[in-house]
Amino acid sequence: MSFPWAKEYTPASGFTKWVDEKLPLPRFVYNAVGAGYPVPRNLNYMWNFGVLAGFCLMLQIVTGVVLAMHYAANAQVAFGTVEHIMRDVNWGWMLRYMHANGASFFFLVLYLHIFRGLFYSSYKAPREMIWLLGVVIFLLSMATAFMGYVLPWGQMSFWGAKVITGLFSAIPLVGEPIQVWLLGGFAPDNAALNRFFSLHFLLPFVILGTVILHIWALHIPGSSNPTGVEVKSQSDTVPFHPYYTAKDGFGLGVFLIIYCLFVFYLPNMLGHPDNYIEANPLSTPAHIVPEWYFYPFYAILRAFTFDFILPAKLWGVLAMFSSILLWFLLPWLDRSPVRSGHYRPLFRAFFFVLLADMAVLFYCGGAPAEEPYVMISQIATAYYFLHFLVILPIVSSIEKPKPLPFSITEAVLKSDDKAVLGENASPAT
Amino acid sequence: MIRILAALAGLVFAGVALLAFVMGAYNFATEDAVHSPEHEFHLEAHGPEGGFQFEGPLGTWDIAQLQRGYKVYKEVCSACHSLRYVAFRDLAELGYSEAQVKAEAATWMVPGIDPNTGEAIMVPGIPTDYFPSPYPNKVAAAAANNNAIPPDLSLMTKARHHGTDYVYSLLTGYTDPATFEKDGKRLLEEFPDFSTPPGLHFNPYFANLNLAMTPPLGVEGQVTFDDGTTATVPQMSKDVAAFLTWTAEPKLIERKQTGWPVILFLLFATVLAYFAKRQIWADVKPKKKD
Repeated sequence: MSFPWAKEYTPASGFTKWVDEKLPLPRFVYNAVGAGYPVPRNLNYMWNFGVLAGFCLMLQIVTGVVLAMHYAANAQVAFGTVEHIMRDVNWGWMLRYMHANGASFFFLVLYLHIFRGLFYSSYKAPREMIWLLGVVIFLLSMATAFMGYVLPWGQMSFWGAKVITGLFSAIPLVGEPIQVWLLGGFAPDNAALNRFFSLHFLLPFVILGTVILHIWALHIPGSSNPTGVEVKSQSDTVPFHPYYTAKDGFGLGVFLIIYCLFVFYLPNMLGHPDNYIEANPLSTPAHIVPEWYFYPFYAILRAFTFDFILPAKLWGVLAMFSSILLWFLLPWLDRSPVRSGHYRPLFRAFFFVLLADMAVLFYCGGAPAEEPYVMISQIATAYYFLHFLVILPIVSSIEKPKPLPFSITEAVLKSDDKAVLGENASPAT
Repeated sequence: MIRILAALAGLVFAGVALLAFVMGAYNFATEDAVHSPEHEFHLEAHGPEGGFQFEGPLGTWDIAQLQRGYKVYKEVCSACHSLRYVAFRDLAELGYSEAQVKAEAATWMVPGIDPNTGEAIMVPGIPTDYFPSPYPNKVAAAAANNNAIPPDLSLMTKARHHGTDYVYSLLTGYTDPATFEKDGKRLLEEFPDFSTPPGLHFNPYFANLNLAMTPPLGVEGQVTFDDGTTATVPQMSKDVAAFLTWTAEPKLIERKQTGWPVILFLLFATVLAYFAKRQIWADVKPKKKD
């Protein structure tokens, strides 16, 4: 579906006409990310991160496939093959640093993309399915990243795998057998490394498939926008190409500069030194921490230290999984008829409290499991759950939103009836 | 319904977290804070004065320093520590010619096979061989070192926070615990029971302050540098720290030098992309109607 004023694809040559009749792939691309997709004209740079996340996914797949040609998923040699890539493979050091930092930057843009969705309530009808698929993509990315971090078979790889698979042992009765089944042994070893490699290779393509569904679902209602007012007329939109390809192109350039500064000048800053020590089941690192992008959820896991009816560990595991799964409910928890946080003063205030709360959880997740960090993360965890499950439904019910603009055009041009566009874009009459 | 259930779940999770907080806060308030010499007398690693030539985005290797560092490794460290990810052929990057690398490799004995009997023997190394381990296996390494296995040094400067500075600080940091003080506080006054167990050596840069390694660089002139540099303990420590930075990341300088054209190209392309974007959007940006 698209807006009636969407431009139609017209094959320019005999060849493209022939292709269009047999397999209209160029038409498909034209309607998906070309001039055939009308997009609200008022998107700000926060709408850049979906494209960047897609770019990161492709970057990870390309670098990952080449790395897999030189890596061996065997506990005896895995650590050594990574060093072989770093030392002997042509440009191997660059590929590996691009892939390792690529994962970090993938999560960075995913988080910004998610926070954009939270602030502008992009999850609301009619875009629930886009949001639900997005949460699935996030969960798949977490699983993929976790398994990828195990592959170098360093100390953090090994102990991270042990801690995370150990979470399953918190399940009553069947927990231990499930953990052994997942690992293919009593502790992470060759069997675990092999299956993690297999799944780490598979899951990115599952993510890619889900991304295609995510974009498909997006094209049915069309993109949301910072006012949260739906598109009303042609003057509310511009064609995706060239307007947003140009804007996203600039955003991609800025992204690549920051990314390359890390790849070439700070490649190990986001990693952990312990992962340059080969996995040793007999020596436990002083502080076992996951990669930075898992810190907030790791803090939630560790915040539960008291056996209240259930064991503390089980509470932690339930809370950690719930903290993400509850995002699936957001479209039905937020009752406000207004989408954009710009017109919801109370919601907006709580949104920034949530951001601060996530920052605190992030900090505590990376800190050692000592006081006062545990106490701070307990308060922050309590707020996290209250925010989404209690505060958000109440605020969205009682809040009186500010008046909305009549249309996107009015929001941009201050008045809708006097809308004036440039010579090349003629508004519908 | 969904909102009521969600609110209940939210209250339960928040309640249990707050309950854990109350218990934690009670324990925190009633129990004494952790007070240990490892916490209070550990020193953060610091580099030598003047730093290293490879530091910073424009850094380069100091070839003479790497050669000196290699000599320190060969004559001192290699007695106990392996360098398993480095091959003799890699020494060509330290400014040695092909013939020199060949000759240098032959000065090391590596495990091989007797071509006549098939027995395991030690043979002189060739450039494609990797640096040999000083011990045949982990058990032998542990037995010879009071049960502390000397770690492989190939990646040491990447396997510790601020690794290069850490190696330098550790090698120059051995001191007497009886007189050691930090921020004006004396270790033995704060912790009168502190003592370094027999077989260990006090070093405040090591995480638990007592280290199995005997001070490896003790006297000036322990190594004779070919370029005439005076082999003081800080000088040898600095040089071997630089050498181990190279072994941990031989492509360090190549990486930094590759980065510049990449970043400059991206800056240029991004500026172009910015103006292209402005040009394209000029048509639909609001115009004043008057």
